Amino acid sequence: MARVVVDVMLKPEILDPQGKAVAQALPRLGFDGIAGVRQGKRFELEVDGDVTEERLTQIRNAAETLLSNPVIEDYTVHVETP
Amino acid sequence: MRVGVVTFPGSLDDADARRAVSLAGADAVALWHADADLHGVDAVVLPGGFSYGDYLRCGAIARFAPVMTEVVAAAERGLPVLGICNGFQVLCESHLLPGALIRNDHRKFNCVDQELVIENASTAWTSAYSAGQRVVVPLKNGEGGYVADDATLDRLEGEGRVVARYAGDNPNGSYRSIAGITNDRGNVVGLMPHPEHAVEQLTGPTTDGLAFFTSVLTAAVTA
Amino acid sequence: MTETVKDAEATPDAAQPYRELGLEDDEYARIREILGRRPTSSELAMYSVMWSEHCSYKSSKVHLRQFGSKAPETDAMLVGIGENAGVVDIGQGWAVTFKVESHNHPSYVEPYQGAATGVGGIVRDIMSMGARPVAVMDPLRFGPADAEDTRRVLPGVVAGVGGYGNCLGLPNVGGEVVFDPSYAGNPLVNALCVGVMRHEQIKLAHASGTGNLVVLFGAATGGDGIGGVSVLASETFDDAKPSKRPSVQVGDPFMEKVLIECCLELFDADLVVGIQDLGGAGLSCATSELASNGDGGMRVWLDRVPLRDPTLAPEEILMSESQERMCAVVEPAKLDAFLAICGRWDVLATVVGEVDDSGRLTVEWHGETVVDVPPRTVAHEGPVYERPYARPSWQDALQADDPSRLARPTTGADLRATLLDLVGSPNLCDKGWVTDQYDRYVLGNTVLAQPEDAGVVRVDDETGLGVAVATDGNGRFAKLDPYAGAQLALSEAYRNVAVTGARPLAVTDCLNFGSPEDPDVMWQFAEATRGLADACLELGVPVTGGNVSFYNQTGETAINPTPVVGVLGVVDDVRARVPMGFASPGEVVLLLGETRDELGGSEWAHHVHGHLGGLPPRVDLAAEKALASLMGSLVGVVSAAHDVSDGGFAQALAEMALRRGVGATVALDGVAADPFVALFAESVARAVVAVPADRADEVERLAGTYAVPVARLGTTGGDALAVDGLFAVPLDELRAAHTGTLPALFA
Repeated sequence: MARVVVDVMLKPEILDPQGKAVAQALPRLGFDGIAGVRQGKRFELEVDGDVTEERLTQIRNAAETLLSNPVIEDYTVHVETP
Repeated sequence: MRVGVVTFPGSLDDADARRAVSLAGADAVALWHADADLHGVDAVVLPGGFSYGDYLRCGAIARFAPVMTEVVAAAERGLPVLGICNGFQVLCESHLLPGALIRNDHRKFNCVDQELVIENASTAWTSAYSAGQRVVVPLKNGEGGYVADDATLDRLEGEGRVVARYAGDNPNGSYRSIAGITNDRGNVVGLMPHPEHAVEQLTGPTTDGLAFFTSVLTAAVTA
Repeated sequence: MTETVKDAEATPDAAQPYRELGLEDDEYARIREILGRRPTSSELAMYSVMWSEHCSYKSSKVHLRQFGSKAPETDAMLVGIGENAGVVDIGQGWAVTFKVESHNHPSYVEPYQGAATGVGGIVRDIMSMGARPVAVMDPLRFGPADAEDTRRVLPGVVAGVGGYGNCLGLPNVGGEVVFDPSYAGNPLVNALCVGVMRHEQIKLAHASGTGNLVVLFGAATGGDGIGGVSVLASETFDDAKPSKRPSVQVGDPFMEKVLIECCLELFDADLVVGIQDLGGAGLSCATSELASNGDGGMRVWLDRVPLRDPTLAPEEILMSESQERMCAVVEPAKLDAFLAICGRWDVLATVVGEVDDSGRLTVEWHGETVVDVPPRTVAHEGPVYERPYARPSWQDALQADDPSRLARPTTGADLRATLLDLVGSPNLCDKGWVTDQYDRYVLGNTVLAQPEDAGVVRVDDETGLGVAVATDGNGRFAKLDPYAGAQLALSEAYRNVAVTGARPLAVTDCLNFGSPEDPDVMWQFAEATRGLADACLELGVPVTGGNVSFYNQTGETAINPTPVVGVLGVVDDVRARVPMGFASPGEVVLLLGETRDELGGSEWAHHVHGHLGGLPPRVDLAAEKALASLMGSLVGVVSAAHDVSDGGFAQALAEMALRRGVGATVALDGVAADPFVALFAESVARAVVAVPADRADEVERLAGTYAVPVARLGTTGGDALAVDGLFAVPLDELRAAHTGTLPALFA
């Protein structure tokens, strides 16, 4: 079993009200010097067998069609080394 | 005239949409998400709610329901389709309409009687209104912010495809205060506010929403 | 290693951590006596949770019995106290079930999830009666509005109530938001649900019929809230103790929505013999109650319970409070149909047991018996305490501290300033910041919702039959005099239902108190229950069910005793309901009822002077009944009606004017000789009505027939609230004061 991680973030030009709320809360709790926060999603996919190129292509397709909405989100895919 | 209303797991305003259809004088037909069959209806409503709990993204899972294959195909053939709130989200995820809906900018669920301007009274769902007409209809959602890139927004406005706009202050951060849009053919309409909750004097702020459902009676295209 | 019954028999003297689980020495001894041996660890878990205060009502039972023994005779009650919720007949073959419950401690620990799962829990109680849930309400109480902890708790609680209720598709039709220092550290999150069914659809939590199967359906079982019930509810909060966070339950409203639809289809297809929801104490509770209510026994195969966490031990599975789970008793021949409907809704369903004739509840774990108990002893024969109680030593001094010694405004300018101050005070201000986060429209049957006096919901589309529900529970009044305070809470809720044109029918209660180990608190509880029971009898409205929440205190200081009372009434035709806002100019404004110099426990004394003392307003149940009957006859006559309560006549008038932006000009001499008393006294059994000028005589005549005092005060119209000879406030100014408070605090 291997793990592939898909990180999904809102495109930079899309308003992220949740990230903004977090950024405002941090200094209130004493965490200074943080210029900005964007909030996203992380999908951990447990896959059978090894992570081949085919497997990665399959996962990129899944990321493109289901895990993210390309109209408003970008994604990255990486294999997690144990 | 038969108007189908789809129920996904988590749909909430399906019964209300069916009531609105009946009050408008049509027969309401309940359509099941797992049933890839529109049963010969003349129009389809995708109702409000939290289909699949809004998991992943609002409407992201519902768009892959078996019934949606038929809805997309029928829409492309000209069948009138109205997506209300969560239904609008499903239509955007299905790419029957451009853009997407994101979290309200103030991050709260907001239920309010919202004034709208009906800008396009030529679609299958708004022909009973007049262009520029002001109506009051409940708006109730947490993810109602309509977004699209500038090119898309310019095209929508240029082609008169903004169906309704929020009057007064922008209630949720929607770009260009857009409350509803249509496809280029005018048969598919997505609307964030809930016309089905403004059909009875007794339970709604007005009866301004009924005309969405009476409009479609004159747009008869069978699936 | 899992303890079996055989292990327990073999090691009778093994030490068991019963005290850590909340059991007293004598309770542990009793368990040994019941079983004739020491309990297994699973049995110990089961008894400890089921015998906790929250589940067994051990401190309250002796007092709650009055709700049964003093219950007024009524034909309307179809299911009384003792079941998951009471059910009343509202006519035309329709039945309504309703109940209010608390989820206080979890909401202090994790506001969003505490409130969310509170809503989830009460909705499941209603579902288990065979009803479709149709509305929710949320009576909420917090510490001071400007306290830092309130800023932590309130937004989370409101988001949780909204997040769960909205996702279930249930309109929120009313509730309360109250601020008081006594709730700091102990917020009260009560949740009420109303459900509707046809008479023949009523279901009960009985397991009967040897051979019938016990099916667990809904969410998988995980480690949520393990020990939540007994650990959280029976402990008061203390900084020194470790965080309680791990015990909190997490809700999934989508799962519950799907469960609602699934259950309704199961009920429609007549596939269920008995049904129970899994709430506090999870499986321990569901199985023991089903078995205890039934006519035989039950055998459970615990290893068949679908788990989200495969590492859970049997004790943990039994104690888990994972949400969105129900337990049904199903005839074997109907099982396939049952599973098919669950499959259609993608709801996990597993046969985990069967009804037998053993008279015992036995639980097996991979073939070994880990629980073998008489179910009645777990579910219904828990400890019954006669906690000592005595009138507090400070009660006399408190009652003697009359507010008449406090400086009162007398000039027009001062009275005007006081009005604006009160109208914008946290308890009296507009609650839109909260209630706009709730869906009021879903299901399309909401006829009246906040800020109206009661939530009015249509039940029958054709005939217009509907119900009206209101909750109230003034903790300050109850602190001054718990007996009267409970009666005043009932009076207010009863009056709120009556002014909308409904006929009050039944009562549910959520009794929020401090520690029952404190004789002062126990006295408050004894007095409050006695007061409520006596008042229910006199008003002819029985208690159909409710909830007790004890241990609402931090250290030595208990919250104000807060008996929250919900009243449900029938509306013959919702089209004729009476809303509260002035609708058009030129109508006559009248006051019904009598006003006395009563400021004890009032909003004025509280907000302006920080004072709590004296006696609460005098209870007058006969006057409440007369007023309610009069309001019934005024349906179709008056255009608006609003009850007078917190903040007095001034507040009622302000709310009626602001509702639709229609002002009024009134003179106070018809209310009381002293303008201050007229404006701010909180005497009972009063309502303000507006009526077209040509029917004002009719109102006076009808008031006469019911012996209700009536006085013409003035007329509606204009864009200000004007009090003859004293002051005028433009509605814009009034509105700014009323609506600015909560956004300034919480936005």
